[in-house]
Amino acid sequence: MTRVVLFRMALVLTAFGLVVLVSLFAGARFGIVLSIGLGFGIVLEGLRFGFAGPWRMMILHREPAGILAQFLAIGLVACVAIPMLAFHPTELSGAQAPIGWAMIGGAFVFGAAMQIILGCGSGTLVNAGSGNPVSLVALPFFALGSFAGAYHIFWWTDLGSLPIMTLEGGAGLVGTLILLIIMAGIFLILGKKGSRSLPRRYIIAAIFIAVLAICNLLVSGQPWGVVYGLGLWAAKGAVVLGFDLSSSTYWAASSSVGRLNSSVLTDYTSLTNIGMLAGAFGVSVWRNRDLGHPVPSYPLSTWFVVIVAGLALGYASRLAFGCNVGAFFSGISTGSLHGWVWFIAAFMGAFLGIRIRFVVGLKPS
Amino acid sequence: MSRMFISAIALVGILILTGIDIRMTPPNPYKSPPLIAFGSGLSGSGGFCGSLLNEGSTTDPGQ
Repeated sequence: MTRVVLFRMALVLTAFGLVVLVSLFAGARFGIVLSIGLGFGIVLEGLRFGFAGPWRMMILHREPAGILAQFLAIGLVACVAIPMLAFHPTELSGAQAPIGWAMIGGAFVFGAAMQIILGCGSGTLVNAGSGNPVSLVALPFFALGSFAGAYHIFWWTDLGSLPIMTLEGGAGLVGTLILLIIMAGIFLILGKKGSRSLPRRYIIAAIFIAVLAICNLLVSGQPWGVVYGLGLWAAKGAVVLGFDLSSSTYWAASSSVGRLNSSVLTDYTSLTNIGMLAGAFGVSVWRNRDLGHPVPSYPLSTWFVVIVAGLALGYASRLAFGCNVGAFFSGISTGSLHGWVWFIAAFMGAFLGIRIRFVVGLKPS
Repeated sequence: MSRMFISAIALVGILILTGIDIRMTPPNPYKSPPLIAFGSGLSGSGGFCGSLLNEGSTTDPGQ
């Protein structure tokens, strides 16, 4: 018993030490952002809150609780974020992006791919940290896909898109909340009887996630995101390996070059990504329940599908201006209409992804 | 192979990559921004997947 307590104390001290080190070597703001990322990982893994799983539960079993919890968290963030963005438009920025053909197609493909590997933007990081081999294999390809998607993004956006449309200020907040209530009502009606209540675990998780997302916005000045950081890691790797990125409008832009020449410890999405993975790892080790279990074995063809799905996750999420976090969660909660279109397109893609997952021999859940 | 092994690979891999990155592009704590963006009076400069490049904008490329 004493050993367990000591071990857990060591875990907490290690996490605290990491935050202090980043604060000392990069700056206090970056240390805070890392601690927010750790919080995301702890809540997502500790309370089993996710995005891909609840969508799957709704589609296969008509159980809407997980999706309702997502709407609850988004609504809570919106109540703070939309007014804040209206009053501090210089210091804070929302996840606002245009609706376009590539965005819709990207969201559809992302929705399918996230059901194949049963991991979204945040889920892939959290699952890798908690010992899921499928997510571990998919993660580097997710990063490569994100890098490639950014490389080609202007070709895709030239296919056509609308101007950025946002729900702003008090009216925007009311509109966002009404849309969330309508969408929640639709899922409640579609849900089967007996599964329409929201378990306490989901409510607690939604509140924690919302608080962390608001803290992320206030501290870093931008909403919670995942995909940009992954693409940046791959781009840094490409530069180290000698690839010339000057032919990419995106990566050759001065702002991108500046980020490529800066430490990942000063990149907000990288820090929250590292924090999520480490936080999920910490929770898994703390629990010490499942980590001794052997990982399932899959045929080579399944791993090939996982790699392709990982690439698709990354590439498609860049075209869609974000994943379930950057586009769906942060987009809607900061008033961007593209978040709603992203959700509908990705949810439709999820139907396809569930079918593919069965076909390729991955476990049902 | 256990789940613990997979977890450890993920965490150690991230830490190694971060370590290599710190060695190649060391951060400078003396250039760090104010503690929090809110109330700082400064415009955001982080990358985000939801925005396109806009060199003249206050919110950079990204996410």
